[in-house]
Amino acid sequence: MTKGWKELPEGGLITEAGNAHKYETGDWRNLRPVHNPEKCINCLFCWIYCPDSAIIVKDGKVVGIDYAHCKGCGICARECPDRVKAIEMVDESEFE
Amino acid sequence: MATKELVARTGNEAMAEAMRQINPDVVAAYPITPATEIVQLFSAYVADGLVDTEFVTVESEHSAMSACVGASTAGARVMTGTSSQGLILMAEILYIAAGLRCPIVLAEVNRALSSPINIHCDHSDTMSVRDSGWIQIFSENSQEAYDNMIQAVRIAEHMDVRLPVMVTTDGFIISHGLEAISLLEDKEVQDFIGPYKAAYSLLDVEKPITVGGLDFTDFYFEHRRQTAEAMQNAKKVILDVGREFGEKFGRSYGFFEGYKLEDAEIALVLLGSTAGTARVAVDQLRAAGVKCGLLKLRVFRPFPAAELAEALKHLKAIAVMDRSDSLSTAGGPLFTDVRSALYDLPERPAIVNYIYGLGGRDITVEDLEGIYRELQRISGGGQVQETIQYLGVRE
Amino acid sequence: MANLKQLAAKEDLLTGGHRACAGCAAPIIVRQVLLAAEHPVVVGSATGCLEVTTTLFPYTAWKVPFIHNAFENSAATVSGVEAAYQSLKRQGKYDKEVRFIAFGGDGGTYDIGLQSLSGAMERGHQMLYICYDNHAYMNTGIQRSSATPLGAHTTTSPAGKVIPGKKQYRKDLTAIMVAHNIPYVAQTSVSHWRDLVTKVKKALDTPGPTFINVLSPCRLGWGFKPEDTIELAREAVENCFWPLYEVENGVYKLTYKPKEKKPVVDWLKKQTRFRHLFKPGNEELLAKVQEYIDTEWEKLLQKCGVE
Repeated sequence: MTKGWKELPEGGLITEAGNAHKYETGDWRNLRPVHNPEKCINCLFCWIYCPDSAIIVKDGKVVGIDYAHCKGCGICARECPDRVKAIEMVDESEFE
Repeated sequence: MATKELVARTGNEAMAEAMRQINPDVVAAYPITPATEIVQLFSAYVADGLVDTEFVTVESEHSAMSACVGASTAGARVMTGTSSQGLILMAEILYIAAGLRCPIVLAEVNRALSSPINIHCDHSDTMSVRDSGWIQIFSENSQEAYDNMIQAVRIAEHMDVRLPVMVTTDGFIISHGLEAISLLEDKEVQDFIGPYKAAYSLLDVEKPITVGGLDFTDFYFEHRRQTAEAMQNAKKVILDVGREFGEKFGRSYGFFEGYKLEDAEIALVLLGSTAGTARVAVDQLRAAGVKCGLLKLRVFRPFPAAELAEALKHLKAIAVMDRSDSLSTAGGPLFTDVRSALYDLPERPAIVNYIYGLGGRDITVEDLEGIYRELQRISGGGQVQETIQYLGVRE
Repeated sequence: MANLKQLAAKEDLLTGGHRACAGCAAPIIVRQVLLAAEHPVVVGSATGCLEVTTTLFPYTAWKVPFIHNAFENSAATVSGVEAAYQSLKRQGKYDKEVRFIAFGGDGGTYDIGLQSLSGAMERGHQMLYICYDNHAYMNTGIQRSSATPLGAHTTTSPAGKVIPGKKQYRKDLTAIMVAHNIPYVAQTSVSHWRDLVTKVKKALDTPGPTFINVLSPCRLGWGFKPEDTIELAREAVENCFWPLYEVENGVYKLTYKPKEKKPVVDWLKKQTRFRHLFKPGNEELLAKVQEYIDTEWEKLLQKCGVE
């Protein structure tokens, strides 16, 4: 049950920073970016150009993709350098 | 209680003086007749280092209120001042200030709205934003303007309220009228208002908050309901603060003030500076044996409907004086609210509405005596001929 | 200048889970801006795509303090926040070192918010204003703004039987901001992350008001595939539609010069908003689009003292 007016913070304030993370936009996706660590040179272009903060980087390396939030725009695959192409966009139906 | 020497102050000077003593963290304001002086005087206080205030010399009233909202959500005590077109240019952000629960205090000098452009007093500007979620306090004279400004800080900042407050004076009549008033000591003002405690602050970078998010159908109503509750809470706070002010400084305040009202059979209900004129009319008619009285409303928002009904229920006939016109054809804003407040009474007084004084048109003792005479006729069983009338306009 | 590995070591201050369209440039710009900041920041935004998609109650994508007030007052609002900061700091009631950033789209910046922006810049607040320019009112469904280029189709400058899209040239907002004589003005693009991050860092380190205009392609409004967002921005830089430059204390500097200035038609062809320009009868208009870019580019090269 959604909170009533007596329980909500006043003034429409949102007090939990970055809680949009709890909202999953992954189901918007038609195409899934699949990352190939063997091909990846960790240039991180995919990371800097991701609109959804969905490229997971640890210690300077791409370690995965946050499918809970990735909307499948394909910028990561497009911006992956031509000589590398470590990310492939695959139709979601292939994962069903 | 300190007994003070009286000093001569215009309404604008009195409001600016209160602002100096309140010493807000931020003032963002833009000049407009007849409130310009407030901004000018305050600029001089800043220039002379008499206040700690960061004074934001914005390029419009819209930006004035926008900057006030920014400063208030950043944890500052914030004030501004304006009038007329300036107030309605702010209107969009007035609503936002209330919705975001910013306890901003605004010195508003009542002035007519364009068109035609006119710089003189009526209440059209303040009335036009009466549903913005701001507490609205009217002042009869410079003393009240001064006292109301100081009380407004306490009311706005009360944790049960957290709503902005506009304190109004009547343009030129009060704003530029010199009067003998009693000022408090700076320390008395500071002790009365206390230090500001922000409910939240954008500057709290360790606990980042988001202010002004988007509500869809699932939350908007709840947030509006909270604001309505805050307005409800304000009623008690206004009375408590008015009482405490009286205990400390000898001048008590409530929602309204009656004058020879208790045993009256007929009365006027009005706002602001016209009360002084009405008192003279009451005294003259009383001397002639007419049982007349006056109710001067101080707090228009929240509207003290039940309290007004209680104070007016014994009357036979009432004239509500509106210094603005809603142009609804159903009466001025004060009239519709007062009449609605009386609806649940088992026996309702007869009630009529006079729209008067638009654009600074003078109202005289004789004008008001004429209205009391008409009320006498009605209370004696005469028919109300016209419920809504325009007083003092050339036909 | 930080490289991407160093930037990636920092916390992302805009989370996923916001509701911007797939491939939207605005959140990419915000991420890059926030990564560039070396102090805690307080952010404000005008009403618009960025604001509505990132702050849908009860969720916020922001991990920094954020305020939205209204459409036309992002600059005035943040100027108020900054005023509170200055006041509280001067009074000894606050001791942190903070930076202030206001965002607005081109609608909220070039048009309805221009006065508020101009006032805030003139007053000299310590704040950075960033316009994410996507060339139209995208949040309300692609209406023309004064940033919409000549000939572009929008829902209020539709390509019809008689009128071929927007009849006017774009307003040069960056030049208007330069005319304010503020210490730092720059133009950059979402595609050039290093250029963007460097400029943001420079702006945030500059005492006084600063302004950065960022090209922000919109797949819906411009009509292209979502994966092409960055590529479209890059091409606009390469064909000199959107030059990258900065003006520091009045001195112009070109921060990127394309090796070879490409013709604009290739870029136009990739966007459905310009589709009608390629129909017979619109040759003259198409030529004017190129001509305008050429003239503006030459003027800029002169200002920058580049041969």
